[in-house]
Amino acid sequence: MKALVLAEHDNATLKGVTRNVVTAAVQATGSVDILVAGSGCAKVAEQAKAIAGVGKVLVADAPHLADALAENLAPQIAALAPDYTHVFAPASSIGKNALPRAAAQLDCAQVSDAIAVVAPDTFARPIYAGNAIATVQSADKIKFVTVRPTSFEAAGDGGNATVESVTAVADAGISRFIGREVAKSDRPELQGAKVVVSGGRAMGSAENFHLLEKLATKLNAALGASRAAVDAGYAPNDWQVGQTGKIVAPQLYIAIGISGAIQHLAGMKDAKVIVAINKDGDAPIFQVADYGLVADLFQAVPELIDALG
Amino acid sequence: MKVLVCVKRVVDFNVKVRVKSDQTGVDLANVKMSMNPFDEIAVEEAVRLKEAATATEVVAVSCGVAQCQETLRTALAIGADRAILVETDVELQPLAVAKLLAAVVEREKPELVILGKQAIDDDSNQTGQMLAALRSMPQATFASRMKIADGWAEVTREVDGGLETVCVKLPAVVTTDLRLNEPRYVTLPNIMKAKKKPLETLAPATLGVDVTPRLKTVKVNDPPQRKAGIRVPDVATLVAKLRDEAKVIS
Repeated sequence: MKALVLAEHDNATLKGVTRNVVTAAVQATGSVDILVAGSGCAKVAEQAKAIAGVGKVLVADAPHLADALAENLAPQIAALAPDYTHVFAPASSIGKNALPRAAAQLDCAQVSDAIAVVAPDTFARPIYAGNAIATVQSADKIKFVTVRPTSFEAAGDGGNATVESVTAVADAGISRFIGREVAKSDRPELQGAKVVVSGGRAMGSAENFHLLEKLATKLNAALGASRAAVDAGYAPNDWQVGQTGKIVAPQLYIAIGISGAIQHLAGMKDAKVIVAINKDGDAPIFQVADYGLVADLFQAVPELIDALG
Repeated sequence: MKVLVCVKRVVDFNVKVRVKSDQTGVDLANVKMSMNPFDEIAVEEAVRLKEAATATEVVAVSCGVAQCQETLRTALAIGADRAILVETDVELQPLAVAKLLAAVVEREKPELVILGKQAIDDDSNQTGQMLAALRSMPQATFASRMKIADGWAEVTREVDGGLETVCVKLPAVVTTDLRLNEPRYVTLPNIMKAKKKPLETLAPATLGVDVTPRLKTVKVNDPPQRKAGIRVPDVATLVAKLRDEAKVIS
């Protein structure tokens, strides 16, 4: 058994989620190679070869692989997959976009968003927004699996894999990358942050979210939001934590003015410690919070900022 | 331009599902079923394209049991022109649905196929991508904005960390994210009108598709439950607890 892991990167830096996927792949097969598909991505390959447990780093380097367009990335994965029993990718926007396309090209099913490896061909995954956990077994010759990064430890360094060039597939020519609007921030990334401060509809306005920024700065935390806050325009889309947004599992999650809809809980209930601050003592968020404070957030948050020194 | 829009019948998003005690699945007896919310956004987008005279015909497709006809009638009430049901009692997994849709695409030859990015029952997020692969069409997944011009679709996608814009050559597959549009409420006159619109029923065998499931569900369990913790009286106590008990802040 041998697994291929799709590396997540921006052509310069290997994204941390790749390390979590390597851990899942090692659990399933014991033997892991990494595919770095990109353009001018030699630095990424250097970072990938240092991950403990990796045998080979395969590099497909071509201009049309620069932006992870599924029309080019999926055929690249499909070209290499027949040498493997498993193909893993993070359940990130890139992995979710490209892996099912590669799987279908080879007439294989996919297991989405695996949270545990039960056996080499059997995985646990959440269904119904995390209200049930299904254990599924794949009979396909190649198992295609996307992995929820927060459910697996990150593999550390200490390896010394060989780096090998592979032939890049031709440009499919049916899609073009136009541009990207990525919010620049000095804060940690939402999905990898140790502390997350999230605001809900009770924040009342986009301006009031600045209050949370102060708190986040004190705690070196990432900022998140409930769907209600995002829909109301108080916070950008990519801050959304929940079933249809980001899944996070930080050491500390502080939910401020968030009622705790099932949809939101699905995205944060694996946090180690949950703090809820809400005026409504009956809010469902208190049913999952380790520490609940029934208080007006506009009073409690400034007090909290002061108390943190 | 013909637009194909694909809809799935799922447990209504307001229903709190219960895992069956024999661990074979969730209890679907007497549970309210509705159109998958992401597919509703897909139908709305297709109908808006027709209202803007970009699309000439909107065809709604569903795969599954006979009751999916109700879901298709909803799509017709929103404004689709006609509907196709690929009817089967077999449990359909994403790859099988993608194959059925690929066969329908071959018959109908739409220039655009719009689907929800994922269904809220199995949360797979695969069908659109697999359909695109099977028909060698480009795909623009997780769309939050869409514009059609000169044989291409320009689509803004919701991705980790922000937004990304791609152009895909028609015929193409687009999967919808939450903020693409806000679906309209269907009115009673439109529900009445929808009853008279054509609905064709096909069998997977007619389309030459083997829908045998590839993944076996070994069991379905409740997720680990989190217990409620304690209430703290004030901010000072909260900070003390986080520092000394939970040790998550310094």
